Order: sequence, then structure tokens, then C-alpha cells
Amino acid sequence: MSENKKTGREYGKTLVTNLRNYLMYIALAVIFIVFQILSNGSFLTARNITNLINQTGYIAVMAVGMTLILIIRQIDLSVGFVAGFLGAAAARLLKAGVAVLPTILIVLAMGVMIGLVQGLIIGKVGVPAFITTLAFEFGFRGLLTLITEATGTIPIQSDVFYELSNGFIPELFKIGDLSGSCLIAGAISMALIVFSEIRKRKELKRYKFEDMPVLLFILKLLFFVALIGTLTVVLAGYRGISWTIVIVVIVVAIYSFVMNKTKVGRYIYGMGGNPEAAQLSGVDIKRILIGSFASMGLMAALGGILYTSRLGSATPTAGMGFELDAIASCYIAGVSTSGGVGSVANSVIGAFVIMSLTNGLNLIGVGISYQYLIKGIIFILAVALDVRSRGKKALG
Amino acid sequence: MNDYILEMHGISKSFPGVKALIDVNFSVKRGEIHCLVGENGAGKTTLMKVLSGIHPYGSYEGDIVLNGQIMKFNTIRESENTGIAIINQELALIPDLTVAENIFFGHEIMKRGLVDWNETYKQADIYLKKVGLNINPRSLMRDHRVGTQQLVEIAKALSKNAKLMILDEPTSSLNEEDSANLLRLLKELQKQGVTIIMISHRLKEVVSIAETITILRDGATVYTMRADEEEITENKIIKYMVGREMDNIYPHRESCVTDEVLFEVKDWCAYNAKSGQTVLKNINLKVHKGEIIGMAGLMGAGRTELALSIFGNTPEYKITTGELYLEGNRVRFSSPKDAIKKGVAYATEDRKKNGLILIQDIKFNTSFANLDRIRNRGVINRNEEVVQANKLKESINIKAPSVQQILRNLSGGNQQKVVLAKWIFATPKLMILDEPTRGIDVGAKFEIYTLMNEMVKQGMSIIMISSELLEVIGMSDRIYVMHEGKITGELSKSEATEQKIMHFATNTEELS
Repeated sequence: MSENKKTGREYGKTLVTNLRNYLMYIALAVIFIVFQILSNGSFLTARNITNLINQTGYIAVMAVGMTLILIIRQIDLSVGFVAGFLGAAAARLLKAGVAVLPTILIVLAMGVMIGLVQGLIIGKVGVPAFITTLAFEFGFRGLLTLITEATGTIPIQSDVFYELSNGFIPELFKIGDLSGSCLIAGAISMALIVFSEIRKRKELKRYKFEDMPVLLFILKLLFFVALIGTLTVVLAGYRGISWTIVIVVIVVAIYSFVMNKTKVGRYIYGMGGNPEAAQLSGVDIKRILIGSFASMGLMAALGGILYTSRLGSATPTAGMGFELDAIASCYIAGVSTSGGVGSVANSVIGAFVIMSLTNGLNLIGVGISYQYLIKGIIFILAVALDVRSRGKKALG
Repeated sequence: MNDYILEMHGISKSFPGVKALIDVNFSVKRGEIHCLVGENGAGKTTLMKVLSGIHPYGSYEGDIVLNGQIMKFNTIRESENTGIAIINQELALIPDLTVAENIFFGHEIMKRGLVDWNETYKQADIYLKKVGLNINPRSLMRDHRVGTQQLVEIAKALSKNAKLMILDEPTSSLNEEDSANLLRLLKELQKQGVTIIMISHRLKEVVSIAETITILRDGATVYTMRADEEEITENKIIKYMVGREMDNIYPHRESCVTDEVLFEVKDWCAYNAKSGQTVLKNINLKVHKGEIIGMAGLMGAGRTELALSIFGNTPEYKITTGELYLEGNRVRFSSPKDAIKKGVAYATEDRKKNGLILIQDIKFNTSFANLDRIRNRGVINRNEEVVQANKLKESINIKAPSVQQILRNLSGGNQQKVVLAKWIFATPKLMILDEPTRGIDVGAKFEIYTLMNEMVKQGMSIIMISSELLEVIGMSDRIYVMHEGKITGELSKSEATEQKIMHFATNTEELS
């Protein structure tokens, strides 16, 4: 009797868990609708959505790196000015006549190195991450000022580099007003999703697991197709798919794969859940820690590149507060403050939530002071909702 | 004669979806030691939480009658004011405060609005003496052993002028010596007029100390026995606890010991890297294939240190000299990872602290130490994982709706089975089990023992570290006894007795 009841409660819990996983999307939808109304329909235009996505790119990739850091119960406060500095470094290299590809590779490598050093200080020397990364934030703020001191703002002189955050995949043909490349890309991703879902389902059948009923499965597929279809058509109406989207999608795909399908991903979640237990189960937790910081450095470098490219120049204040936006994106997206829980894909959506707030508030003409206030309030509300729905308090 | 200090009538308490207590009646005579026993989840702790106001008035049904008056506690503070003190299983002490600060935490001695430190330390000293402790009240709590900390908790309760003291599993983390010490103290307090309710899994203790025993099963009172009315035995208690006669706590096993030596430790010496203290001196031991070795000893004898130092936890324990041989080859494990790869597993004594990842589910934990088994060209096959984890779950009888169940929601016994599942999944040749049955109920213990027998039958070898002497004697083929970092004795199953082991464990002359 009590056995049955327990299972009933378990089902309830699963339902709540599933809802929680979609909470982000619901929040995003609410924000979209609210701004659409408040802005008299200028929020959900092809142009603005494209803009929004390109604006979010640099925070999105940094949120991806930050997710790993927060999952293993660490924090990285340095990524703001590390990104700012690396963006400026890229501008300097380009100015010095280095080609675009080597510039990008050098800057990414520098990011990895910076992350590695921080990881080593935290993991091997034992200085807490909060302090190490705070020190790096100070340091890189200094370095950024130093390399931008002589010239002030460094303009980007490479069109290719500029295209990274402002350009779109080349136009093949047009169907009416719609971009052909965009439609093709949309069709390909729809096909990929349908294909992979069907494969997953077949796999489940092979293992004789229960899966959702066929009708529900088809509905789910239709939902995905409709979602991507809408987005595709919206984007195709403007200039198609930006390089930023391509980069973010690739980053999320790689990280999601690593987190869900590889040993390293398992070890990161395990170490976040209980570092001692993980270590005694054969995980080299120092290596995971150092690796996570190196990956964070890589993402900070990518973020710096995207931001500098977006602005078309490197400025002495670039990077200010990026780390907080990245951290907020993760927490809003349900990364646990006590570690062990989180998903990179959700964190990217979290970044979109934060950036659509900024974008929307700008659009309806709210001043910057009120923007910060509103962002603060929404951040607290979002995390409070998440914590309550988990049914556990942050303390104890 | 029937002077009851406490009567709880018809107590019922529900949590969402679960009835934790069903119409429980529980009466305690003034001045007695009353033990509350039952399997894990029987409702003992919940009942005591109702009594002490942690579950406030209104959240349960029934009446609490204390000294003839119905009580309606809303907070733990209110119950404390009537002389009830509860000492939880997990001690509520603050490691970085002094002993005296801990004793008076929450009811500080004040003078003109400020803490009166002189009086605090003076009073603390008096209460420490009362519980037989001779420690400096200005020393930090963290510098004391668990046994001492437990006594400080009692001193704290006394300082609150407790008339009715509730102890939830007070001896579960103590060694035999400290336990005996604590039980003596309880007897002493009883003489001074304190009434004591003790929850315990250690039935031997219960039999030795209790005047009255109340047995709970599935949230209901099943039986109350009084020492002055009938003879109390462990078997009788177990019968009521589990509702079946368990004629043998240890399942029978034909010896699987072979002549082949699987693992050997030679002249193993180690010190603690942090404190510099020598923890292991010239350890020599052998484990045969298919053998269960019992490692007995008091807490702090160095058994866990031995396991961890062998298992490759070198940052914590530095090895000065010594050799390890696995299947005749000389080995040395550089890390737990290395040890696992070469076929040695170590299940820690504290499953919650460093054994399991509680926020993850059964399958995640099961596969965690050997992900290679479910990997295909570097990619984890989640479906395969579910299949494999399910097989193990069925074969070792983990009671949960599915392998997707989060561990936090499982009982202690089932969590312990997941620990075993994880290491079985890693297919080791040698399994070191540190206190494999601590804090789990009799039924689950039996299942773990059966599982251990199954493992050796399949050719595995086991080193079992245990502080329960009967368990060591009941399960081992051969027993090593440690004392202060040394092996002081070796006994075969046939010659082992509790007395002999204690004699080696305390390194004292045997009394005839």
C-alpha cells in the first residue's frame, strides 16, 4: 500500500523535474511576449532577433565554460577581464599584420594557458578559486589598460574578423525575401533532429525499455520541427544565419557531448556531487579541476574574440562584468549552487534570458540604472523559483 | 510505582505520501533507562522529534503527557524548558568553538548583557567533571575524539538541567571502549534521577542497559518488554523487530579459501602527511583467494589508514617502507585510480561522506568506478548502463522503483547495497570493506553478509574492517587484530572469541 503511494509520489517528482527542465524555455517565452507587447511589436522582428542572438554569443560561450566550473563547486571571477584582454590582444595581433586564423588560434591558446595557470594555482597550490580568480581579474584589468593605453581604442582592421560576430553565412539563392542558405540550414537541422530522435527511439526499443507512446513521440517531433521552422523563417527574413549562431551551436554540441557521453563528463558531475567519493572511485580530481579551468580559459578567449569582433574594436573597459553575466546565466538556468547539477545547453538559454532582458529593456527605452535594478530583481526571482521547485533550501 | 514521567498516546504523524507513525503509545517511567529499538525507518527518530518539538504541535495527532500534563511544543526550545534534552545521532557541536562555548551555546551565561566568560569556564568544568571528562574547557572542540565529543553533548544537556534525556544512536560512531564508558555514565546519571530514552541498533548494549524496551515496526509499537517481568534477549528483540525468528544472524558459508595467496603486505610503514604522526608500523598480512579477512581493533587502531594507504591515497598517508604483492607480482598503487585498475576496491566506512554521490541516481553511482564497461569507442552507452545497473539492482536486491532513483531518497541499507554494487561492477580481485554494515538494520545486514559470501564464492577476496566483534567472528575466515598501528594478533575462525580479540585490540594481558 505504502509502496504504491511512494511510486505515485515518485511520478509526481518526475513530472516536477521535467517541468523544471523546461522552466527556462517558459521564462524565455514570457519575456518575449512581454517585450513584444511593451515594444508595440518591434521586439520579435527578424532584425531584432538576429541582433539579440549576435549580442548573446560572447556571454553564451562563457556561460558554457562557467557551467563546468560551477558544477565542480568552483567559481571563476576572472573571465571578464581575461576576455577583455584577450580581445584586445587579438586586435593588437591583427594590427601588427598577423593573419586572422593564426590570431584566433594564438588567442585561444593564450586563453587555455591562462586557465591552466589558474587551475594549477587552485589545484596544486591550494589557493581557493574565489581568491585566485579575483586576483587574475585585477591583473588582467591592469594588462588590458596597459595594452590599450597608448592608442586608446584599437580598431579591428580585418573584415574577416569583423564578420565573426556581424556576418552571416553566404547567400546561395533567395526564395522571395527569404535567405536560401538559412532555409537549407534550417531544413538540415530539422532532419538531423528527427533522425537522431528516431534513432534514439529505436535504440530504446532494442533495449526493450518503455518509451513514450507513438502519438506523443510524433507530437514532440512536430514541436521541435515547428520551433526550428519558425526560427528559420524568422531569421531567413532578415539576413539568415549568423556566424555567431554557428559558433555557439558548435560549442554547445561539443560540450553537451562531452558532458553527457564521455567519462570526463561523468567525472565532472561526480566530482561536483561529492569530490571525496569521486576521488576514491578513481577520479583524478585535480586533473578535472585544472582541465575545467583550462576549458574556461578557452571559452573566455572565444568570448573575447566574439565581443571584440562585435564592437569592431578593442576598448579599455571591455570585459567589465562579463563574469557576472556568465555566472548569472548559469544560475538562472538551474546550475546548483552546491555543485553537481547543471547543463550547458540550459546555461546558453540562461544567457539568452539575460540578454533578451537587456535587449528588450533597451528597446522600450528603459534607462541603464533601472535596467540593472530590474535584472537584479528578476535574477533573484528566477533562482528563488528554481530553488523552491527543487524543494530544498540553499542552507542546510 | 507506576509513576510515568512521560506518556505519549496515540501518536500519528504523516509525511507526504508516507505514514511515519501510526497510533504509537509510548510510556516512560520516571528514572528508568528506556530503549527504543526497531529497523531503520521504523519511526524511532520521528517519534523523538515529535516529543522534542522538532515536529511542532499540530503536525501530529495524539497527546504528549509530561508529568501528568498535556504538552504542546512548538519549538525545540519549549521542550528544553520543560527538561527534555535530545542528543542527535549527528552531533550538533561546532568544531571551531571551545568546549565551554559549545556546552553553553544557545543558553550562554550572561552578566549585564554580556557573556560572563569566567563563570562560563568555571561552570563548564563542573559539568565536564560530571560526565567524567578531564579536558580543558578552553580547548577547541575539533581537537577531541568522537567519544569525547559525545560526552560533551551530554554535559551540554546536563547544563540545560535535563530531566529526560533522549540519545539517538549515541554509540554508533564509538568504539567498544568508549561505548562501554558512555553506558556506564548513563547508569550513573540514572542514579542521579535523570530519565533516559536511548535509541540503539546495538542490541547487546540494549540488553545490558535497558529496564524497558519498546520495539517499533513500520511506524507502530509492536511490543514493550520490561526486564523485571521477563528475560530480555537479543533474539527476542530481533524477533519483534523483524517479525520473524532469525536463528542465525550470519548466513552459513562453506569455506572458499584456496591455497593461492592473492594479496600480501610486507613491512608496511606509513605516517600521516599532515600531522607527521606514524600511523602504521610494520604491517604484515596475507589474503588468500576466496578468503574473508576480518580486521578487528578499536577506533584509531589504524585499520582505515591501512586500507587508504594501500589503496593509493598517498597525499594523505606517506609510505616509508613496505611492499605489496598482488598475485605474486610486486605492486604499488599511485592513486585510487591505479588501484582500481589493478583490481583492488575500497568501500569507505562513511558512505554519505565519501562513498556515494547522493545527488545522483543508482545507475550513475553503480557505473562510476568502471565506466569503461559501458563505453563503446569512448562514448558512454546510457542504455547499456541502465541494463547493467538493473541487473545488479535485481541480483543484490536494492529496494527502489528503478535505477533512476536518486540515492538521497534511499534508506541506509539500500545505499550500502549501492556501494557494494558499485564495487562489484568494477570487478575487483580484492575488495576492502570498511564497516560494511554500520548504521543499517538487521535485515539489510543479513543481505550484505549473504552478498559477501556470494562474492568469495565467485573467487573474490575480501578484507572486512569492522568494529563489531560478533560480525568479525561470524563472517571471517581469519582475523587480524590491530592496536595503535600494529598487528597485535592473528586468529583463525575456530579460535576467535570476543575476549581474545579484545585482548589483542587493547594490547593487554588476558585475564583468566
